[in-house]
Amino acid sequence: MAAGSSVDGTANSAGIEAVGLVREFKKGPRAVDGINLRVEPGEIYGFLGPNGAGKSTTVLMLTTLLPPTAGTAKVAGFDIVSEGPRVRSAIGAALQEAALDPLLTGNEHMRLQTALHGLGKAEREERGRELLARVGLTKAADRKVGGYSGGMKRRLDLALALAHQPRILFLDEPTTGLDIQSRTALWEEVARLAREDGVTVFLTTQYLEEADALADRVGIIDHGHIVAEGTPTELKAEIGRPTVEAVPCDPGERERTAGVLARFGEPGDAGTKGAAVLLAGGGTELAEVVRALDAEGIAIETLQLHAPSLDDVFLAKTGRSLEGAEEATEEADDARAEAAEAA
Amino acid sequence: MNSALTTQVGQLARRSVIRTLRQPAQIVPSLIFPMFLLAVNSGGLKSVTNLPGFPPDSYLTFALAITFMQGALFSVINSGTDLARDIETGFLNRMALTPLRGAALLSGLLAGSLMLGLMQALAYLIVGLAFGAELTAGAGGFVVIIALSVCVTVAFGTIGLFAALRTGSGEAVQGLFPVFFVFLFLSSMALPLNLIETPWFHTVASINPVSYLLQAFRSLLIEGWEPGKIALGFGIAAALFALGMLGASSALKTRLVRT
Amino acid sequence: MSPADRHPTAGFRTVARAVAWRSIHNFLNNKALLIPALIFPLFFFASFAGGLSAVGNVPGFDFPSGYTAFQYCFVLLQSAAFGGVFTGFGIARDFETGFGRRYLLAATDRRGIIAGYGLAALARAFVTWGVLTAVALVAGMQIGGSGIDLVGMYTLAILVNITATLWASGVALRIRSIQAGPLMQLPVFLILFLAPVYVPLSLLSGWIHAVASVNPVTALLEAARGFISGDPTVIGLAFALGIVLPIAFAIWSRGGLRRAEAAG
Repeated sequence: MAAGSSVDGTANSAGIEAVGLVREFKKGPRAVDGINLRVEPGEIYGFLGPNGAGKSTTVLMLTTLLPPTAGTAKVAGFDIVSEGPRVRSAIGAALQEAALDPLLTGNEHMRLQTALHGLGKAEREERGRELLARVGLTKAADRKVGGYSGGMKRRLDLALALAHQPRILFLDEPTTGLDIQSRTALWEEVARLAREDGVTVFLTTQYLEEADALADRVGIIDHGHIVAEGTPTELKAEIGRPTVEAVPCDPGERERTAGVLARFGEPGDAGTKGAAVLLAGGGTELAEVVRALDAEGIAIETLQLHAPSLDDVFLAKTGRSLEGAEEATEEADDARAEAAEAA
Repeated sequence: MNSALTTQVGQLARRSVIRTLRQPAQIVPSLIFPMFLLAVNSGGLKSVTNLPGFPPDSYLTFALAITFMQGALFSVINSGTDLARDIETGFLNRMALTPLRGAALLSGLLAGSLMLGLMQALAYLIVGLAFGAELTAGAGGFVVIIALSVCVTVAFGTIGLFAALRTGSGEAVQGLFPVFFVFLFLSSMALPLNLIETPWFHTVASINPVSYLLQAFRSLLIEGWEPGKIALGFGIAAALFALGMLGASSALKTRLVRT
Repeated sequence: MSPADRHPTAGFRTVARAVAWRSIHNFLNNKALLIPALIFPLFFFASFAGGLSAVGNVPGFDFPSGYTAFQYCFVLLQSAAFGGVFTGFGIARDFETGFGRRYLLAATDRRGIIAGYGLAALARAFVTWGVLTAVALVAGMQIGGSGIDLVGMYTLAILVNITATLWASGVALRIRSIQAGPLMQLPVFLILFLAPVYVPLSLLSGWIHAVASVNPVTALLEAARGFISGDPTVIGLAFALGIVLPIAFAIWSRGGLRRAEAAG
């Protein structure tokens, strides 16, 4: 599809397109400063950036909860400003806060959500049962949400977002604060939704591994701008090739080790004990490197593969690493929060 | 379209009632506190009935009207803090993503106030009568007092909703308690208007709508059927309700800026 | 000398001053705290003294300084008590948000923390009383007592403030959450209102007279009223209570501090 052209604008579309999206707060900085993005139907799009970068503000605009200051966007083929209700009927959202009522049970939440979306009584009950089962909350469904763990709340949040079978799902930092198990379970469900149900997923995260593991394409945002966009592999390849570093058991074998590695690419930066090479063919050549060293009879003490990460991508594009970027944007974050309150 | 609105109101009303019933911390103080003050005030101010011109012989009967107003005060705080919590937790955003209408949201939320108002009114009246308060208007008056109390409670509930939507903070809503408590005091709460001697206080109490709400309750308890006073009481409750809903609707439009 | 030896330690007074400074600073710079602390007692005073002034005409009511002064004393002690309770709210909030832990870590003598909060409560009370007294005088309050009598009256108010602060701090340090608010507030409210609020003890009858007769606040209130009218009464009992109660609640508060320390 040609750049700049819109996705299919009919009611059957399940894509997202934003052109020059801006959100300014009164007396504050621009939280979102001209974002262009396109998400294809059925894609999982990861929106990666540090705290205060503008991820949640972008999500609030795309889900029609915050009008943009400038720019346009279409979600599911509907304009977010002039066709808000139609956008909302096509999307589901699990926002940054779990947004649950601690006094209601899981079942009561589901009943309320499905009823508000206009599902009939019989359909509400069936849909509720199905979704709660899908997220593993059948047994806890009659317990008040106030007693749920963080992981259970997130799962219920996801189930509620799916109550009306949306074509597009917005997930705003869905695994923040969750343990590894809960996080993995949520990833699996999100991947399944996209793969089997064809749901388009717009996922914001500050976790590199989440974007790496889930997203088909990643957009990296910093200070309200998208600084890089592409598949995780493409983005990392832009930065550099993976490096293999090998330290032989016998320090005297260092030169021979370097000689073997040299067959696979340019020499890399190694410490005083080993040798390194920038793999010309990428990380898949690692097995070949091991076989070559073995064939030469060189015993290796340690072998390490250093692959560029999305943090390296962020560093290359912004001059800061993703972790460091959190501190730097703290001020901007506070300013935005104050401005939002004043607005 | 109408059936969708009815469903929305019904579901939200159901949630509001369930939430209220599941929060004893909301219900118990609103029942106990006014009745405690009734006991203390009717004991402490008993001698006031000796003042020439004081209407009934029993200060308990006179003071019983105050409990309904204090109950209404709790309605401001309870409805407001519930909605403020929805705003703070993001639950309002969740509802905003549905086809929910603002009018349905506000109406549904007031269901909890209505139910609480009913419980309070029954409790105050039954306990008051059990301890010797008079109800000159009889069985019919009982029903009218309950109805008036429910109307007043719901009307004050709209003020709580307005405060929650305007501030988005439960703490700010709670901060209204002393403000409204004081508003209650600056009325004919403790003495009838004709016995308030301090000129500025008499002026303030005369223009305070709470004085006329109290008058409506007292007319049924002390005098019997005074249609003018009763109608004025219902009229003030209706006016407060209209103003409160107007303010809440306007604040909701700002709070719920969805496109 | 090791780094630990070189590091200066803060004694009781230093800690108390530091804690008090922060609380007073926050109180004076935060309208949400300052305005209610001033307005609420004024409104109570206006409502009771203004709205109930006719009570002064009740047969048997013969307070020499008039109903305004009669109610002033109640509002004075009430604001003293509630000032202590609101300080307790602040303590609960500090410990809930983790700031209290900062105090526990930094203070060498942790008793200074409670003393600091107490000093702040007194400072808040002085601000409130200043405004209240000014308004009462403008409203025409008559003072029959001498300068020494007034010192006696305000001393009682100080003792009530200290007692309430120690009570509230004990609760706050045990529960360490603002949800302890009603628990701090309700007993104080009950004990204040089960005293001769509107009329003297002699004009009460029935159960309320029985309860008020044994309520320690009654002695404090009657003594304060005696001071302001220049006819001191029950001052022995009042000051005995004013000494015993703070001691008792200091023990209560210290227990709370130990619980907070144990919780980490």
